Order: sequence, then C-alpha cells, then structure tokens
Amino acid sequence: MAKKIKIIVAKPGLDGHDRGAKLLARIFAEEGMEVVYTGLRQTPEMIVAAAEQEDADVVGLSSLSGVHNYFFPRVVELLKDKGLNDVLVVGGGIIPVEDYDFLQKSGVKAIFGPGTPTMEIVNFIKSNARAR
Amino acid sequence: MKRDYAKEILAGSPQAVARLISWLEDEDERAYSIMEELYPHTGRAYVIGITGSPGAGKSTLTDKLIRIMRKGGLTVGVVAVDPSSPFTGGALLGDRIRMSDHSTDPEVYIRSMATRGFLGGMAKATCDVVKVLDAFGKDIIIIETVGVGQDEVDIVGLADTTCVVLVPGLGDVIQSMKAGVMEIADVYVVNKADRDGADQLNMEVNARIEQDIHIKMSGWVPPVNKTIAVDNVGMQDLWESILKHRAFLEESGRLVEKRRKQTYQETLRMIHNELFRLIRDQLSEDGRLDRLVEEILERKRDPYSTMREILSEWLDSTPKYKEAL
Ligand code: B12
Ligand SMILES: Nc1nc2c(ncn2[C@@H]2O[C@H](COP(=O)(O)OP(=O)(O)OP(=O)(O)O)[C@@H](O)[C@H]2O)c(=O)[nH]1
Ligand SMILES: [Mg+2]
Repeated sequence: MAKKIKIIVAKPGLDGHDRGAKLLARIFAEEGMEVVYTGLRQTPEMIVAAAEQEDADVVGLSSLSGVHNYFFPRVVELLKDKGLNDVLVVGGGIIPVEDYDFLQKSGVKAIFGPGTPTMEIVNFIKSNARAR
Repeated sequence: MKRDYAKEILAGSPQAVARLISWLEDEDERAYSIMEELYPHTGRAYVIGITGSPGAGKSTLTDKLIRIMRKGGLTVGVVAVDPSSPFTGGALLGDRIRMSDHSTDPEVYIRSMATRGFLGGMAKATCDVVKVLDAFGKDIIIIETVGVGQDEVDIVGLADTTCVVLVPGLGDVIQSMKAGVMEIADVYVVNKADRDGADQLNMEVNARIEQDIHIKMSGWVPPVNKTIAVDNVGMQDLWESILKHRAFLEESGRLVEKRRKQTYQETLRMIHNELFRLIRDQLSEDGRLDRLVEEILERKRDPYSTMREILSEWLDSTPKYKEAL
C-alpha cells in the first residue's frame, strides 16, 4: 500500500476566517493526501496533540487575524518539546511580508499568502514532507 | 539504535502508537513483528461500534460518550473512519472536529483513518488499530464507521456492542436500511430528536424490534435511545444501554462466544490475505499473470483449470516461499 502524506490543517486562536483553510484541506485531499481538518479555535496544545496522535507529516496553520507571530512559533516549539522535529510546519493567510523572516527563523518552513497558486503550495509540501 | 516499539507502547508512548498505526495503514512490514509482541497484551478493552448514515451525528455522539466515560475514570481510544476518494486516493478526515474537547486529554487517544478503498465501512487496518489501542491500555475503544448505506456491516466483526444511529427526516429509513444495518444493532440511537419526525421514527424502530423478537429469539432486545447529541441530551441513558448490553454479553457467556467467532473469522482472513498476496506477487513478477489473462480472454484456456494449475504448481514449490514468511 502506497504511503500517503498526512497533513493537519488547523486554525489557531479565535480567528473565524475558515474559507482558506477549508479550501486548502479540499485541495490537499484532491492531491491524494490524507487531511485532518481540526476546525476553528484550536490552541497550540490541541494542534500538537492532534499532530502527535495522527502521526502527521505536515502541520498547516492558517491565520487571517494577525496572531501568527504568537501562534505559529508556539506550535513549532511544542512540536520540538515532544521530539517531533521532522514534522513540516507551513502557514498561510493574511501575513505581512515583514513577518516572513521572523516566522521562518522560528521554524515555519514556508508562508503562503493570498493569490499563491495552490499547486505551488502542494508541490512544496510534496517535496518537503518527511518519509516515515 | 533500533527502537523497541512494543515496549514503548506498553509503557504508554503515544508517538510509538501513532507510528505503528501508520505502518499498519501502509501495510509496512515493520508493523507485524511489533503486533506479534503486542498481541498477548490485547483482549482487555471493551469495543463499541458507532455506525449509521452520513451526517447522522456519529462523531458528536462519540464526543459526548467520551465525556461520560472520562467522568467515570475510563480511558478511551477512538478510531474514526472516513472514506478515501476513489478517484484521487486522498481523504478529508473530519470526525476529529467534533471531538476537540478531548484533544489534550492524555487518557484519550483519537486516530482518524481513511478507508483507502476498503469497503464495508471501515479501513482494512482498523481491526489491527483496535488491537494497538487495546495493548496501549485503553479501557474502551470506540470505532466510528464511515457514513454507511445498507450493507457496510463489517463493524459487527469487531465491536462488542454496535450502536446504529438513525435520524428523522431521511424518508422511510427502516425500509431503506432493512438489508444490513438494521440487523446489526445491539443498541439503537434515534439522534437529532429535536427534529420533526423523531417520534414517528421511534415508533417505526420499535415496531421493527417487535417483529425481530419473533424472528430472532436472541435473548437481547435492542433498546432505542432518543438523543440530541449536540445538546448532550439523552447521553447518559445511551451509556446505560451500552453497559446493559455489555452485562448481558458477559453474564450470558456471549462475549466469549462473540470473540471466538471474531477470532475465527480474523484468523481465516489473515491467512487468506497473505496467501493471496504471496501468489499474486509471484504471478505478477514476470508478467505471467498478464499472459494468462490474455490467453483466457482469447479462450485458449479457461480460468477454472488455470486456477487449479497455478495452485498445484504453487503447492509444489512452497518450500521456496517459506523463507518469505
Ligand atoms: C471573507 C472575509 C470575512 C468573512 C469570513 C468568512 C469565513 N467563514 O471565512 C467574515 C465576513 C465572517 C469576516 C469577518 C471578519 N473579518 Co474578515 N475578511 C474576509 C476577506 C474579505 C476574505 C478572506 C477569504 O475568505 N479569502 C479567501 C481565502 C481562500 O483566502 P485565504 O484565507 O487568504 O487563503 C489563501 C492564502 O492565504 C493561503 N492560505 C490560507 N491559509 C493557509 C494555510 C496553509 C497551511 C497554507 C499553506 C496556505 C494558506 O492559501 C489560500 C489560497 O490562496 C478578508 C480580506 C482579504 N482580502 O483577505 C477579510 C479580513 C481577513 N477580515 C478582517 C477582519 C478585521 C475581520 C473581522 C475581525 C472584523 C470585521 N470587520 O468584520 C471579522 C472577524 C471574524 C472572526 N471571527 O475572526 C481583516 C483582517 C485584518 C488583519 N489581519 O489584521 C481582513 C484582512 C480585511 C481587511 N483588509 O481588513 N471576514
Ligand atoms: N439538530 C441536531 N443536529 C445534530 C445533532 N447531533 C449532531 N448534529 C449535527 O449534525 C451534523 C453532523 O454531525 P456529525 O457528528 O459530524 O455526524 P457524523 O455522523 O459523524 O458524520 P459523518 O462522519 O460525516 O458521517 C453536525 O452539524 C452536528 O452538529 C442533534 O442531535 N440535533
Ligand atoms: Mg463523523
């Protein structure tokens, strides 16, 4: 049986904009991935627990309310605390380009803003997800 | 250093459990020696199946049941199955959304699974995953099947108590479900009782049970529980019904009987699968299978004698394949 990429798509914090996250969840599934959508209002702890139990290869975070600088690094940190160092973390939503550098330094491997061709996102994930 | 997954799992590592489950889903060879080590530690958990049509409220019911079980000090494992797309092979696994409240409870382990083309309402590896969670020490294991139609009833081969979830407003439910799903209920749940038609449905289910009493004579009459899962209404009664069924199975000796049947089926199925895999791989290796198919298509040979030929050949050459085991 061929291995599938397992990806968690999560909305951290109180941000209620879920159109982008749901759209991507669907796109990832259509690209053959197994996608766990966690729903809204997730704490970093919830997201990381889900990643651990689901043996996720990728965690995708979506934020449109300006809280990315807190939540994204926190998720990376909690993953590290659990020893889940090889989980690929990517993010998207409304994120000012000025923040990209900080986020990438804190371990978010890539940020995709509005208008990114979705195949670019898919290809990045496919070529950077771990083997298990 | 090589990791000892079985040991880690028995010591309570969720990450070791998670990886083993992935390997089982992938049918990765690494999984099976670990399963051999875990098997002696299984058989302790009580397994509850939740099945019913798509969107009936299976995940929401599971969420609320977990809450009751946790209050009672029980640890819980959940296997939530959703369908893979037959076209893309991908899957959207959405059951977990409804169980968010428990995601950081270390005594609750929730795992989503895609069917990966397996029919019957579950994934091929679901029965193995149940064993993993059993060995992991969970007291109760809940299996949520995919939304089922009529004959996806594999859950009976795995669950001790099967709950069939019905909802009002789906037309003549009983009629449409008569073939399979209605026959497997140990406990009925009429969910979304806040909706019109719940009483009507309740009556129809009771009428059906009434008939079943005359036909089946099984000693167990499935109770019907009305619930409004989203509002946490009727959940305690549902839990009591499950407990009663468990007590019935245990006191009547049926639990042992049920598990004997399940083990019988499972053992046969495992032998079947592995034999099939060995022969298929061997036949496919050098393109022989394709050639045989062509010859059968052209009516140069028939599939019946071909099958016997292949089997007898295979039996003659078995020592060669013994190493593969
Ligand atoms: C639709 C919308 C809403 C809808 C949301 C509906 C819903 N269920 O999603 C409603 C009307 C409810 C709403 C409400 C609000 N909104 Co509004 N909303 C928007 C709007 C117009 C479009 C967002 C959208 O759906 N885009 C379409 C999707 C497909 O795009 P996307 O999410 O960006 O996703 C793409 C990429 O970002 C990326 N991506 C996204 N997530 C992820 C995740 C991963 C893993 C990856 C790899 C990629 C990725 O890929 C996607 C495809 O390219 C934006 C403005 C804008 N142009 O973005 C404002 C906007 C996001 N909203 C805004 C605000 C302020 C609000 C409100 C707080 C207040 C208000 N004025 O109403 C409320 C708060 C709601 C809440 N509880 O959080 C601001 C946010 C400002 C900020 N960040 O500082 C924006 C930017 C408008 C603005 N210019 O002021 N909103
Ligand atoms: N009105 C009403 N809605 C409910 C009730 N229980 C669940 N729902 C809603 O029904 C929808 C489906 O619920 P789920 O629990 O996801 O159903 P499911 O059977 O797990 O769905 P699948 O796994 O997709 O087959 C959700 O929007 C729930 O909020 C109920 O008792 N009453
Ligand atoms: Mg569900």
